[in-house]
Amino acid sequence: MIPTFLQRAPIRRLLIVLGIVAVVELITGPPGSNQYPTSGFTGSYAEAASFFGLFRTQRWVEFVALALVAWGIVEFWTRFGATIRSRGSVALAGPRQVSEKRPVRVGFALALLVLGILLPHIVNNAFWQSALVTYVAIYVLLAIGLNVVVGFAGLLDLGYVAFYAIGAYTTAWVTGALPTPPPFGHPLDAFWAIPFAVVFVVIAGVLLGAPTLRLRGDYLAIVTLGFGEIITIFANNLYGITGGSTGTKQIPHPVFHVGPIKYTWGLAPVPYYYLALGSVVLFLVVFSLLQRSRVGRAWTAIREDEVAAESLGINPLKFKVMAFAVGAASAGFAGVITASADNFLFPSSFTLVFSINILVLVILGGMGSISGVVVGAIIIQVIQAYLNHTPPAGYQQPDLYIYVGALLITMMIFRPAGLIPSRQRRREITLYETSHEGHPDEVLLGDDV
Amino acid sequence: MLEVSDAVVRYGAITALHGITFEVNEGEIVTLLGANGAGKSTTLRMVSGLQSPVSGSITFQGRDISHTRAHDFAKLGVSHVPEGRRIFPQMSVEENLEMGAFRRRGSTSGDLEKIYETFPILKERRKQLGSNLSGGEQQMLAIGRALMSQPTLLLLDEPSMGLAPMIVDTIFRIIGEIRASGTTVLLVEQNAAHALRLADRGYVLENGRVVLSGPSSELLVDPRVRAVYLGEDVEAAS
Repeated sequence: MIPTFLQRAPIRRLLIVLGIVAVVELITGPPGSNQYPTSGFTGSYAEAASFFGLFRTQRWVEFVALALVAWGIVEFWTRFGATIRSRGSVALAGPRQVSEKRPVRVGFALALLVLGILLPHIVNNAFWQSALVTYVAIYVLLAIGLNVVVGFAGLLDLGYVAFYAIGAYTTAWVTGALPTPPPFGHPLDAFWAIPFAVVFVVIAGVLLGAPTLRLRGDYLAIVTLGFGEIITIFANNLYGITGGSTGTKQIPHPVFHVGPIKYTWGLAPVPYYYLALGSVVLFLVVFSLLQRSRVGRAWTAIREDEVAAESLGINPLKFKVMAFAVGAASAGFAGVITASADNFLFPSSFTLVFSINILVLVILGGMGSISGVVVGAIIIQVIQAYLNHTPPAGYQQPDLYIYVGALLITMMIFRPAGLIPSRQRRREITLYETSHEGHPDEVLLGDDV
Repeated sequence: MLEVSDAVVRYGAITALHGITFEVNEGEIVTLLGANGAGKSTTLRMVSGLQSPVSGSITFQGRDISHTRAHDFAKLGVSHVPEGRRIFPQMSVEENLEMGAFRRRGSTSGDLEKIYETFPILKERRKQLGSNLSGGEQQMLAIGRALMSQPTLLLLDEPSMGLAPMIVDTIFRIIGEIRASGTTVLLVEQNAAHALRLADRGYVLENGRVVLSGPSSELLVDPRVRAVYLGEDVEAAS
């Protein structure tokens, strides 16, 4: 019935990508009006768009070009992905072989760090310098923290924003910006909010985790979702404590003052970037050490088979609570940096959508893979910053969700384990697919999953 | 070594064990027999802390363990090979074995070698993923993993399930070797003939009660056992 050439795998992949892009194109674009009720639809494909500022064309041309690029990437991976990886020889090599490559990896990481340090001087543009903090670094920090919970321990947390909010509110409290009097009676520097925030989010993680982590799967997701909402509603309603819906606008810039060393963060974004970069590096080191430690192995065991883990003497509750608390710590850090860099905070910025956003970064990058999550967060957040800064003609802010959603769907079809999958997760997904044998999509999915 | 007396286990409104009593002495292989739903697995879950009894007591080496939590059993020296093997599918054979020694400190390479001696096939497959092993190899891995915690009492839940007869023979021979090296074994089985030939004593469970017990040699010739579990005709047996 279907012509044979359409059944060939690459053609099918192209059709899938084109289909997704067509839907995305029609949904997004300019809104309709009373005068021209159909303009929301016709404008979706007819509206002239500037091609990344290069030349003007109709909107559909841009989208088809995008589809072709996406298809090209997919085809490239299906055809050469396996070869590239086998040259890297990570595929199914044991842990020993990986450790032989350690110097290479450390060198690579150092090169990236140098790039990270130089980046604000490379972009050298006011918007992008501040975007590096507000759009990228903060989100990387949040994503690697959530990755500990979701990727390492396999716990679906939909209320991660709560820890971020607690970090931010702690900063406001410690610096005396809230109606509540600060600790010890007098305001402290925002810099000293960091230890407070970390202690508070870890306590919050344990308090939330200890009773709820006995739940499994979906139930845990619902409870954490509720927790996220509760924190936001608290912040909104406890006017005398949190400042209510107007929040606060008086959070001072942090000052680091120990002995003769004194440094004040001001309005300029670059110092904040270095503060954020420093915390990212700190957490990257801590999290990757944890992943390789006894604790990390316990997380993997619990994720793979909780009953078996328990019968081997691993206390699942203890390690799950630990994952919650450890993951929360980086969100607390992110909260402090955001609050003190922005000087203000509102309860309405801590929404469920925010939690979902972070989760999307983790899933796109590759659950359980630290490098994947970092790369995923950077890519998505740079796209978001770009679209907000230089919106193409007809771009509406909510369109972003459609774009990210489409990207997520495309990824789930062609690369379900994420951009840079963790060794373990790649195996898990391959296993899942081969255990559901007989599905014709095997060809379509390619051999790189 | 292990005494269970009058233990009752309920799942909600359903009573799975109506007060069962049995004991395992040091150095023995004791087997629990019974049909599906007789309460064999529940008994083992109870003895490994996965399910607490609502009444009755469990003592291990003189200590009351009826409310000890499952993950503390490894520390006590009780190791449970759960039903369905439950190996970690995406860890290699060696990683699986190393997880078995989770509660122990210090080097485990000596123990690893010992496991590989007992199960040479695992050594050949040590870099392979748990999920890529055959059923018999997975069972060996599950037993090997449990042995890595150096247990004094090994609980085995239906090690013969779904395996070819030849593999079952191998597994049972190895269980015998494990006992010979000083580990006490409590074995739950449906394969009564095999289990009784290996075990010193046996208990037959029915609807959550012990209906028959005694030395294996006696159970093997008991007409009721022969009729129900060894597939012989009642008339022919009597």
